[in-house]
Amino acid sequence: MAMLYALLCYNDEDTVWAWDKAQEAEAMDALGRVRAPLERAGKMGPSLRLLPTTAATTLRKSDPPLVIDGPFAETKEQLLGFYIIDVADLDAALQVAKDLGAANPGGAYEIRPLAAYNAGGPIGAAEPVAATS
Amino acid sequence: MSDLAWIHAAITAARPQAVGALLRYFRDLETAEEAFQDACLRALNNWPRNGPPRDAAAWLIMVGRNAALDGVRKRARQTELPPEEVLSDLDDAEDRAASRIDEADYRDDVLRLLFICCHPDLPPPQQIALALRIVSGLSVKQIAKAFLVSEAAMEQRITRAKARVAAGDAAFETPGPVERAERLAQVAAMLYLVFNEGYSAGDNPARAELCGEAIRLTRLLLRLYQTEPEIMGLLALMLIQHSRTPARFDADGQIVLLDDQDRGLWDRNAIAEGLALIDKAMRHRRPGPYQVQAAIAALHARAATPADTDWVEIDQLYATLERLTPSPVVTLNRAVAVSKVAGPEAALAMIEPLGDRLSGYFHFHGLVGALNLELGHTAAARTAFDKAISLAGTAAEAAHIRQHLDQLMAEHAPPRSTSARAN
Repeated sequence: MAMLYALLCYNDEDTVWAWDKAQEAEAMDALGRVRAPLERAGKMGPSLRLLPTTAATTLRKSDPPLVIDGPFAETKEQLLGFYIIDVADLDAALQVAKDLGAANPGGAYEIRPLAAYNAGGPIGAAEPVAATS
Repeated sequence: MSDLAWIHAAITAARPQAVGALLRYFRDLETAEEAFQDACLRALNNWPRNGPPRDAAAWLIMVGRNAALDGVRKRARQTELPPEEVLSDLDDAEDRAASRIDEADYRDDVLRLLFICCHPDLPPPQQIALALRIVSGLSVKQIAKAFLVSEAAMEQRITRAKARVAAGDAAFETPGPVERAERLAQVAAMLYLVFNEGYSAGDNPARAELCGEAIRLTRLLLRLYQTEPEIMGLLALMLIQHSRTPARFDADGQIVLLDDQDRGLWDRNAIAEGLALIDKAMRHRRPGPYQVQAAIAALHARAATPADTDWVEIDQLYATLERLTPSPVVTLNRAVAVSKVAGPEAALAMIEPLGDRLSGYFHFHGLVGALNLELGHTAAARTAFDKAISLAGTAAEAAHIRQHLDQLMAEHAPPRSTSARAN
């Protein structure tokens, strides 16, 4: 029976967001090459990349709710994105993480089994800018 | 990415914090830089074998401190000072060095390092060169290439700047809230200088890289000061302006004006990040010049085509900017919006009084020329364009105006042509 995992990508965002265009393209290409066969095999669902934590806002669910600039937790390595994968077991999930890690070294993946997965509906344009105009 | 490339990226990212902390510790820029260099050499040797450390900055600070202290110890032995005394002092120092490195210290360290580059005695080009050398860690050769001067000349400029900074009060005490706010404002202005140095370059890729560097440092500053709306605004402004870079020049290096740019080439990630930051900044209801300029840039970014641009809103934002920071250049920029909203005549009337103060400013004459061209005042347009060419800062600027002139000539050989082109 297959099992759903989230691979949560942690790395130092100061480093990652300082990549120049060539480094950026190289890393994204290498990750794409790992992702593509998994997507074709139905083992990889949505994957997404987050903007830097400086763009984040946190809502504390206090009463009244408190809005704070920045990410929920100040950490040495930040949550930069994640993958949703559908694989047999932890060993298989670790193998995907190792392959992704070889394509893009540095930082860590937290492999976290999913309790629920909601595919959601279509959310229109993938480009946030197009969505606002 | 190779190990070496990753280590290089990690060292570059850690540099402002590490050199900033070493500067606090040694209170001497030269020693701090040497200690950091030493630590980097050891990192290159150690990290590939043992893997990169969890906290690269902390690693570089500890190793840099120890290396520099070793040096002091050796020199002390050579000169045969009473060793016990020296060593006991150093033991104390090492205890402190081993203590936990505080996040709050980091913030002030990085701010201090940036702030010493804003020394009021340093003219802007020296501030920029110093920041690129000591904060960004660019080599003298790279900086010289960006400024189109010889390496020797740049070396001299940086050495002079360092000497001036060393002679002054480098502000080692922990700043109070008011001082911190003042430092932040000055550092923000310096970072925007670095950005503009890159943005105005255009045809020089070595200088254009300065935009990326300014963005990197501003993002770092915002990470340390998460709730400062003006730093959000500054980063948003840089990101949105920089997003247009792929569309700003054609294959021949000629300027492509905003209206004529292929908006499909704009960097959508940079725009998305910029818009997110403006949203965040606005919630603070503490408007400032960077936020207003970012909001203007955002209106251009949101327009799918030039015709969709909300010029009325842009005109109002420029009016706000005029109130916040009155300057003839701001009024000149507002005049572009006015020409779209109320026509070229109104815009011309608005900028005519600026002639005295902006007589040496390329963009003033460029706009006067373009507005006159729109109105069919060809003689006045030609005079203004001629003046603009004589003041052009780059070859691309001159070439752009020359296009206008060529068009003018072509249109006035057969006088039936009336197709004036707005800029």
